[in-house]
Amino acid sequence: MPDKIRVVIAKPGLDGHDRGAKVIARALRDAGMEVIYTGLRQTPEQIVATAIQEDADAVGISILSGAHHFYFEKVIGLLKEKGAEDIIVFGGGVIPEEDVPDLINMGAGAVFGPGTPTGTTIEWLKEAVETNK
Amino acid sequence: MPELLKKVLNGDVRGIARAISMIEDQIIKTGTSEAETLMQDIYPHTGKAWVIGVTGSPGAGKSTLTDKLIEQYRAEGKKVGVIAIDPSSPFSGGAILADRIRMQRHTDDPHVYIRSMGTRGSLGGVSNGTREAALILDASGKDVVIIETVGVGQSEVEIMKIADTVCVILVPGLGDDIQIMKAGIMEIADVFVVNKADKEGADKVARETRAMLDLLKDKSWIPPVVLTIAEDGSGLPELVSKIELHKKFMNDTKAGLLRIEKRTNTEVETLLLSRLSGRVEQLWGTYKSDKIKDLLLRKTNPYAVVEEIITNL
Ligand SMILES: Nc1nc2c(ncn2[C@@H]2O[C@H](COP(=O)(O)OP(=O)(O)OP(=O)(O)O)[C@@H](O)[C@H]2O)c(=O)[nH]1
Ligand SMILES: [Mg+2]
Repeated sequence: MPDKIRVVIAKPGLDGHDRGAKVIARALRDAGMEVIYTGLRQTPEQIVATAIQEDADAVGISILSGAHHFYFEKVIGLLKEKGAEDIIVFGGGVIPEEDVPDLINMGAGAVFGPGTPTGTTIEWLKEAVETNK
Repeated sequence: MPELLKKVLNGDVRGIARAISMIEDQIIKTGTSEAETLMQDIYPHTGKAWVIGVTGSPGAGKSTLTDKLIEQYRAEGKKVGVIAIDPSSPFSGGAILADRIRMQRHTDDPHVYIRSMGTRGSLGGVSNGTREAALILDASGKDVVIIETVGVGQSEVEIMKIADTVCVILVPGLGDDIQIMKAGIMEIADVFVVNKADKEGADKVARETRAMLDLLKDKSWIPPVVLTIAEDGSGLPELVSKIELHKKFMNDTKAGLLRIEKRTNTEVETLLLSRLSGRVEQLWGTYKSDKIKDLLLRKTNPYAVVEEIITNL
């Protein structure tokens, strides 16, 4: 049996609803993954500490506030600082198409726009974790 | 010394996290796995942490209480490890692990390590690797390890084999005495916690629980009943002092030491059983092609086949 994929789903920032994050969390569970759900208003430090303690293969960040540049830079930077840059970072929520290249440049594995079928994220994640081994 | 072992003993967070995943992914059966070797190396460095089990019905307040226990022990300067178990989906094998939401404020404290685990098909309130994860945290230098069980309300007897002190959480308004009567609850509790004491009926639950304690056969330790409000931390200092009292009982009395011995017995038996069950498939595999036809034709019978296999062991 292959090792189980573990994913942290985090919702940073102050904007208050996490419907999208919950939808993706459930979809990943139904695809056989273990999803560590951290709740609302997570700081980048908390997200990174959680990913490391949980031995996550990936961190999914859901952002609706428009502060994606800040959070991706912070999370990816902190992972590097802790020697955990092998943990994949991906994102979703409301992130304008034209901002995506900037995030990929920073080291994000993928960024999924609003309305992306959950199946697309799942397929991508499985493959990304597999090639990361 | 192997790299991973060194990291665990140094309290390196990534090392601890990796070690626990290794245990989870390699179900301990074969005896040749890296995981089993790691555990053999780890074991001599364990026995220092006090392992506390937190069990009780869904929504009883296990995670909230664990959060407050972390706070108490951190105030004493103790290092804390937490293992929080949630059920895996029997359909997909996946899981949403959400207990840690209520403990997230401790996440960036370097002396707190929190790990979520899915049951991965294991019954009885914990997962297959929970015992090993607790040992790894012990060896990494944690003073206290807290295990939050699944909390499906079934008899979660497995925690008894793993934890030094089991806290059973009861709450008012759940059909009171039924909670306590539930199979196994009386037997596994070292401390009863009546949480949500801000709600009506908590005193009644506490009273009924105390009354039940008369039924205990082994009266060397009478589980105390503590009222708490996990939301605001009321009753937490008392809970911690009762856990401490139980620790003294276990370590300093003959009856306590007898319990520890009994648990060690169970530990070996459990491990032996899981190793043997791992061998069953392999063993039967070597006989299968030989016997299956005769079995189907009823020329022989399962009892005879099993007898033959056992005799030839
Ligand atoms: N009124 C009151 N509510 C509480 C208390 N402790 C916890 N709660 C609430 O009870 C609910 C469940 O708390 P949790 O700590 O998640 O309970 P749990 O036992 O970990 O739940 P599961 O892990 O899902 O089984 C939450 O809404 C808490 O805020 C308390 O002392 N009083
Ligand atoms: Mg919980």
